[in-house]
Amino acid sequence: MIKYLHKYGAPRRFYAISGRVLPWSAVITVILFVSGLYLGLYWAPPDYQQGDAYRIMFVHVPNAWMSMMAYMALALFAAAGYIWNIRLADILAKCTAPLGASFTLCALVTGSIWGKPMWGTWWVWDARLTSELVLFFLYVGYMAVQASIEDPRRAAHASAIVAIVGVINVPIIHYSVYWWHTLHQPASITLTNQPKIYITMLIPLIVMSLAFMFFYLTMLLVRARNEILVREKDRQWVRNLARKIV
Amino acid sequence: MRGSLLGAMRAVFIRELLLFWRRRTEVANILVFFVIVTTLFPLAVGPERRELAHIAPGVLWVAALLATTLSLNQLFIIDYTEGSLDQMLLSPYPLTALVFAKLAAHWVLTGLPLALLSPLLAIQMALPDKAMGTLVLSLLLGTPILTLIGAIPAALTLGVRGGGVLVSLLVLPLYTPVLIFGAEAVAAAAGQEFAATAHLSLLAAFLVLALAFAPLACASALRVSLD
Repeated sequence: MIKYLHKYGAPRRFYAISGRVLPWSAVITVILFVSGLYLGLYWAPPDYQQGDAYRIMFVHVPNAWMSMMAYMALALFAAAGYIWNIRLADILAKCTAPLGASFTLCALVTGSIWGKPMWGTWWVWDARLTSELVLFFLYVGYMAVQASIEDPRRAAHASAIVAIVGVINVPIIHYSVYWWHTLHQPASITLTNQPKIYITMLIPLIVMSLAFMFFYLTMLLVRARNEILVREKDRQWVRNLARKIV
Repeated sequence: MRGSLLGAMRAVFIRELLLFWRRRTEVANILVFFVIVTTLFPLAVGPERRELAHIAPGVLWVAALLATTLSLNQLFIIDYTEGSLDQMLLSPYPLTALVFAKLAAHWVLTGLPLALLSPLLAIQMALPDKAMGTLVLSLLLGTPILTLIGAIPAALTLGVRGGGVLVSLLVLPLYTPVLIFGAEAVAAAAGQEFAATAHLSLLAAFLVLALAFAPLACASALRVSLD
């Protein structure tokens, strides 16, 4: 299994394979986004309480899901890179971080735009909002370590420890914020007690979530390919590639 | 010749205490920082006693947290520059155990004085007397967690430019659970609503977790930095 990983984890091989996967995942992303937005903005009926304002959910919820999934992916890639010394995993972890941070930021921003008309305020110290904010800080810390250490191998190992320590702490942080809130005062606004979601709203949501997943995959491949070219710029195969293009 | 592991740990512990004692102004500076930060709040918020008492648990805890964060920069840096950290790495004893001894000494010299000093500042912040015991206890339970968790980024950023700010950036999100339950325990003791025991138990649980895993992570971080 590890041999297999090393074989396909060779950056050059990954570059070739990802080059073939990339157009497909890009096309699927566009199709899913177009159909998801059509379903969400046009086909789904307006909510009986929130009117059309709830439609931001189709962007907000997938972003929030992706922010957590990307952190899991980041920690898994980082751990794989740290434990088995797989260079490709280091690259994938490094390239996941800015994507995850963007998902987190988008989730926070869209959430607060949604919160303004619904709750009458841009920000509430709700458990989910707070832990999402802390998650954003964790991403920022990871990227800061990556940026401040020049040697790529040391940067990968150091940031891997940051990611692993972070992922152990994510549930602890989440539950402590949750208990903090519930111990402190009865929840005045909870996101969990929304009206039950109807199938006509669920379908666009699922399509949009898939769209975001494929978007992540596509962007990850693009970023990883760039990173590979930068890291291997002195290697013969990259030079040949450059010669072919120029 | 190889002595016992406990002997080695004791040697590291005593060495740390001794070294700290010879640079005692640095330790004192941390405490002074704690005092000054706490003093800034009444100046900014106003001297109204009820208001001060209301924010006192949070202020004292944030000040203790920031003071500990500041102290983290000195945790490994001198041993790193003079090379004794390399010797610890090369020694036949597990690095985790030696790091543990080092962290224990660090806590005795920062966390413990912070906790002991806190009632004085609590008076300044008009915290009700009945919450004093909880304040000291919560800091006694909480500051070792701060040292243990904070040691990981401190070890990772050795020899990295801008390391000091980086440590704060990395460590403050990880401190949120400790801050929440520490401050909340004191607030609960000051008010009547809840018993503080639930918060203190959670803090103790975090401490056990941190004691078990943080030295391990810290040792791996040191290995990465000294690679």
